[in-house]
Amino acid sequence: MAETTSLVRPGPSARFGTVISDIMARPSGAIGLTLVFGHLMLALFGPFIVPYDYTEMDANFMLSKPSAAHWLGADHLGRDTLSRTLLGGREAILVTGIATPLAVIWGGLVGIFFGLVSGRLDEILMRVVDAFLSLPWILKMLVLIVTFGSGTEVLIPTLAFFYGIPVIRIARAATHDVVARDFVQAARARGHSRATIIQRELLPNVRDALLVEGAMRWSWMLLAFSSLSFLGFGVSPPTPDWGLMIADARGFMSFSPMGVLAPMVCLSSLIIGINLTADALAKALGIDRAQKAPV
Amino acid sequence: MLLRRLGLGAITVWLVSVIIFAGVEMLPGDACTAFLEREAKGKLLENCREDLGLNRSALTRYVDWAGSALQGDLGVSANGQKQISELVGYRLRNTLLLAFGAMVVGIPLALFLGVVAALWRDRPVDIFVSTSAIFAMTIPEFVSATLLILVFSVWLGWVPGIVLTSANAPLVEFFPEVLLPIGVLTLVMTAHILRTVRSSVIETLASDYAQMATLKGVPYWQIVFRHILPNALLPTINVVALTIAWLLGGVVVIETVFNYPGLGRMMIDSISDRDLPVTQAIALIIASVYVIVNLAADIMTMLANPRLRTVHLRQG
Repeated sequence: MAETTSLVRPGPSARFGTVISDIMARPSGAIGLTLVFGHLMLALFGPFIVPYDYTEMDANFMLSKPSAAHWLGADHLGRDTLSRTLLGGREAILVTGIATPLAVIWGGLVGIFFGLVSGRLDEILMRVVDAFLSLPWILKMLVLIVTFGSGTEVLIPTLAFFYGIPVIRIARAATHDVVARDFVQAARARGHSRATIIQRELLPNVRDALLVEGAMRWSWMLLAFSSLSFLGFGVSPPTPDWGLMIADARGFMSFSPMGVLAPMVCLSSLIIGINLTADALAKALGIDRAQKAPV
Repeated sequence: MLLRRLGLGAITVWLVSVIIFAGVEMLPGDACTAFLEREAKGKLLENCREDLGLNRSALTRYVDWAGSALQGDLGVSANGQKQISELVGYRLRNTLLLAFGAMVVGIPLALFLGVVAALWRDRPVDIFVSTSAIFAMTIPEFVSATLLILVFSVWLGWVPGIVLTSANAPLVEFFPEVLLPIGVLTLVMTAHILRTVRSSVIETLASDYAQMATLKGVPYWQIVFRHILPNALLPTINVVALTIAWLLGGVVVIETVFNYPGLGRMMIDSISDRDLPVTQAIALIIASVYVIVNLAADIMTMLANPRLRTVHLRQG
């Protein structure tokens, strides 16, 4: 069998390298990936580099302008804006970083399964998916959050659940494209079980589409997370979070615009970074992603 | 074909009503515990549930609720004991004012910018327009809203940054307060539509008939107006519909930022107040609008496209 191994596609790690270098070859992809990487590093090592503790209050500096002591000034409680901004993404990245893979996995598996099975059950499921998608995301999220509270342990499953639903659609459509091809028919003819077909024939072919979808979902999830924080349904104070910080500092905008500008720049740069990366990833993997409105 | 679409739309609305009802049933407590607050126990609670018919089975209540909703009666709110259709009416009007304002500005702007970006593809104009579109699309609405308030209302002082008009004031009184919320909506909407228009025009430019016309020696602008635009704008209808549908849900955040008395803010209030009937009613309205707008877009696309118009004849 030694001769045939050379025909096998490059292993996952080799492919990973090619995709990354492909992304970095595009200017937008390079910018995006750098932004995302920078934010991840900041989330990991932020606590070691911030000049102040995020709860430390200094009444002398309440709503102060940028100064040597507080580079970006301080908020209405005299807390250092720079420190809080640098730490403000950790909670969001943690929650969405766990919820995104969960959403892609469950939505992807359900979608692949129904794409393979099709028939009456599939029809019914798609109608339910449509119905879910026709409700504004914020209503769905709020009902669950009001029911179960707004801690991290609620936000992760809630985000994972709702953002998995549109993934069902994508996975199902991608599966439909694959199912019609010869090799799936061949596997069926060989008498393979459904589980084997999904694992051996469908997953490798649908994986790329799911990867791109996951990257997009991540940015929308971040958007949802920070919007919830902004509205007061997300993380609870005094945890530093960009959405919450913007909501807090909004009332004092005319005295210290830095209080809103700093978290705004950080949040936007992360979301834009993810989007640019997702776009470049789609191109690197050869998937033309239709320009869709958010659902 | 058309009937099938209508049927599917109806089924979706029905499913939505079931999901809404089930979701709201899941909320802890009911209208009575919310209304009576701490006195919600024993006889008082029972009486209240009796009055509102909350002690019947969930199925009976669902049939009752859905039945009257079909006739336009959305029930009474739990707290104020007011007709919901009355409460919602003004809010819906205010939200529609926002949506309409954004559409009137946004759609023509998006079409124009999208076509310009596509015709001058990869030139500075296109790069500028496309990049701005990505920014406008991806930045959360509350961020762009706050930024606009900071610039236009705090720094420049041109327009008020917050809406103080009451919900049922005449429409004229919303000016100029309504301008900034409309601005934010327009920004996001324009970006979405523009991207589709751009890629659709580029696609059409590469099509066989466009190439053919060029080879025949048809003047460039005549090709653009006669061949490219009519074909390229067709897929846009669907995106416009999707965007409008998104708009009705997405205004929630924008309305909250600006304190704008529309449906979205009412929804958030009703959820925190546990005003279940109002929550259900608003969710149902938004979902129905979503389905109807999408349906309308499908029908419009079908009417505008001869190939789709006759598809049922060929499929039998």
